[in-house]
Amino acid sequence: MALVLAALAEAVATVAGAMSLILVYGLGMVFLLTPVVRMHRVLTGLARSRAWAWSGIRVPEPYDPPPPPPVLQPDGWYRSERTLYKTPTVPAWNMRWKWMFADPATWRDMLWLALDPFVSGVLGLLPLLLIGCGVATPFLWHPFAAPLGLAVAAAGVLAAPRLLQAHARWTVLLLAPTARTLLAGTMRHLARTRTEAIDSQSAELQRIERELHDGAQARLIAMGMTLGAAEGLVRDDPAAAKVLLARAREASATALGELRRVVRGIHPPVLAERGLGDAVRALALDSPIQVTVEVDLPVRPEPPVESAAFFAVSELLTDAAGQPGAERVLIDISHQGAALRVTITGDGDAEPSEEVRHGVERRLASFDGVLAVSGVPGSPTTLTLDLPYALTHTITDKAPKMPGWKVFLVVFGWSLGWLPLFPQGLVSMVFKLSGTEERAWFLALHVPEPFQWPVIVFMICLGAVMIGMAATIPLRHSRERWLAEATPHRLWLER
Amino acid sequence: MRVVIAEDLHLLREGLVHLLRAHGFEVVAAVESGPELLKALTEERPEVAIVDVRLPPTFTDEGLQAALEARRRVPGLPVLVLSQHVEQLYARELLADGSGAVGYLLKDRVLNAHQFVDAVRRVADGGTAMDPEVIAKLLASKARNEPLGSLTPREREVLELMAEGRSNAAISQRLFLSESAVGKHTASIFGKLALAPSDDDNRRVLAVLAYLNAAQAG
Repeated sequence: MALVLAALAEAVATVAGAMSLILVYGLGMVFLLTPVVRMHRVLTGLARSRAWAWSGIRVPEPYDPPPPPPVLQPDGWYRSERTLYKTPTVPAWNMRWKWMFADPATWRDMLWLALDPFVSGVLGLLPLLLIGCGVATPFLWHPFAAPLGLAVAAAGVLAAPRLLQAHARWTVLLLAPTARTLLAGTMRHLARTRTEAIDSQSAELQRIERELHDGAQARLIAMGMTLGAAEGLVRDDPAAAKVLLARAREASATALGELRRVVRGIHPPVLAERGLGDAVRALALDSPIQVTVEVDLPVRPEPPVESAAFFAVSELLTDAAGQPGAERVLIDISHQGAALRVTITGDGDAEPSEEVRHGVERRLASFDGVLAVSGVPGSPTTLTLDLPYALTHTITDKAPKMPGWKVFLVVFGWSLGWLPLFPQGLVSMVFKLSGTEERAWFLALHVPEPFQWPVIVFMICLGAVMIGMAATIPLRHSRERWLAEATPHRLWLER
Repeated sequence: MRVVIAEDLHLLREGLVHLLRAHGFEVVAAVESGPELLKALTEERPEVAIVDVRLPPTFTDEGLQAALEARRRVPGLPVLVLSQHVEQLYARELLADGSGAVGYLLKDRVLNAHQFVDAVRRVADGGTAMDPEVIAKLLASKARNEPLGSLTPREREVLELMAEGRSNAAISQRLFLSESAVGKHTASIFGKLALAPSDDDNRRVLAVLAYLNAAQAG
């Protein structure tokens, strides 16, 4: 019923849409495009949520991301192509309609809206009709009418959910993103994360350069100068030279201390020596609040992932420890298949600040990792770091093997396929055509005359199917395997 | 006194050998990798071993693992671990068996030859030598702990030096106090931390370290 009603609403929308399209193109009223497309998107959005609610089929949104807002140029104007504007309204509007116009999803939406009233009508009315007929039939007073009518009505009731499924499939056909859109989305994501990774890398390098320049380098220079002075003094005033030498030694210790701090910021030694688990344990020991660490990792992740995870945990822990009222933090490092998961549960009041969260997300983004923050104000906050492919290198080594039933089919096809194809099929056909009296062990020639040809054809088909199956199953399997292997799981390492 | 040295950097290894020979030690083996170290420790049975944490072939904590393994096979084998960085985690692992005769120092401490040799001797005699930085970290993470908070600044200084592994005599020298004053301070510290007092310097240090460690773990 609801489907029919929805179809009616869509019909109205389609008519309105078609009218406005005529206005847009026929009369050049471009300003109508954006509201119409917006309305379409609302309607198709409803259809998507209906497909999920009624049939459990998820239909993701296929739209391109909206354009960024216009940027104010240094000269105080907003530029849209070759025209300058005083206010951002017109360039924003221009960008918006171009965005909608260029997106193929806009046109797929329109096509769906135009066709859906018919599809929904047929699919929605069919069970209603069946039930209606079923209820009406007994009134024909025919002996078979009552059971037949009941059967038809039952069929109508039973068919309803299937038809809803069918409708959801139809929705997927036009409203789900196409492979191209998905690829474009992946490309955008990769480009963004790559840019962020490069940016943060270079920022890191700059920070390290500055720390070395202002710290250890400067101290070594001072040390050299002190040693030079001591050299000059050593004969005339050994006591003063001794004081200077002691000072130089102190300076070298300080320089070492600073270098140690820089090294810790680049790649903490414990992380290199012991891996993520113990590095986080060491971090916990140095933390001013009480931190409990639980680790369940069978293998060490790749060094870059390990480092990203460590610094993410380090930043979040520092943040959690600094919050008022924070006394205890529980860190749990575990794995689920190839995914590395770290949860940080603290009893502090506040969630991490936007800045911290963004920094952590940027660290994780190059590895497709995400940070999830859960918890309501006033209760413990749980931060979850999820790195989905962190341990892939240990798991993909087991190439997907062919399941047992497929192996059986292949062996069965190759070993017995010839039997129906050649002797029972082709040879009996030759015997049959040449009219030989000899029947030997050919099944087809022993059955009654009218069944002989069907049996021959059946045997040939059976043999062909068996051998064909045996040949294609391994091919298909190795293709799937090849595709799985060719898809880089560790995009960030195997470039 | 017979010493085994494990250090992968040639320059530093030679430096250590010279330094120790100049102070009357007998260097029986100077090795550069984990497996060699373990072999030297179990075969030579030195009176003290000086071990770098990071050694070939893995360049992880090979040296520490070899030292711990050797101490499992030869209980109480004196080991002084040197590293470019100090971690409470490693200090706890070294102290875990509670038998003493361990040291854990930053490589920087080698610069002060006198103090370094002093630490080597202390470890060889079954004492401990903990880097001030480790002690500072242990104390810092215990700063919110009640009994520690009740110590006077002077008592805290004494506690730090004691945890590094120094005897009352050494502490009194460092802080320019009389030995009896240090004795009073240590008694007061032990009272506040509810530790059993002991006259034996080494047992006393181990008690303090165990206290600092245990509370952190709990």
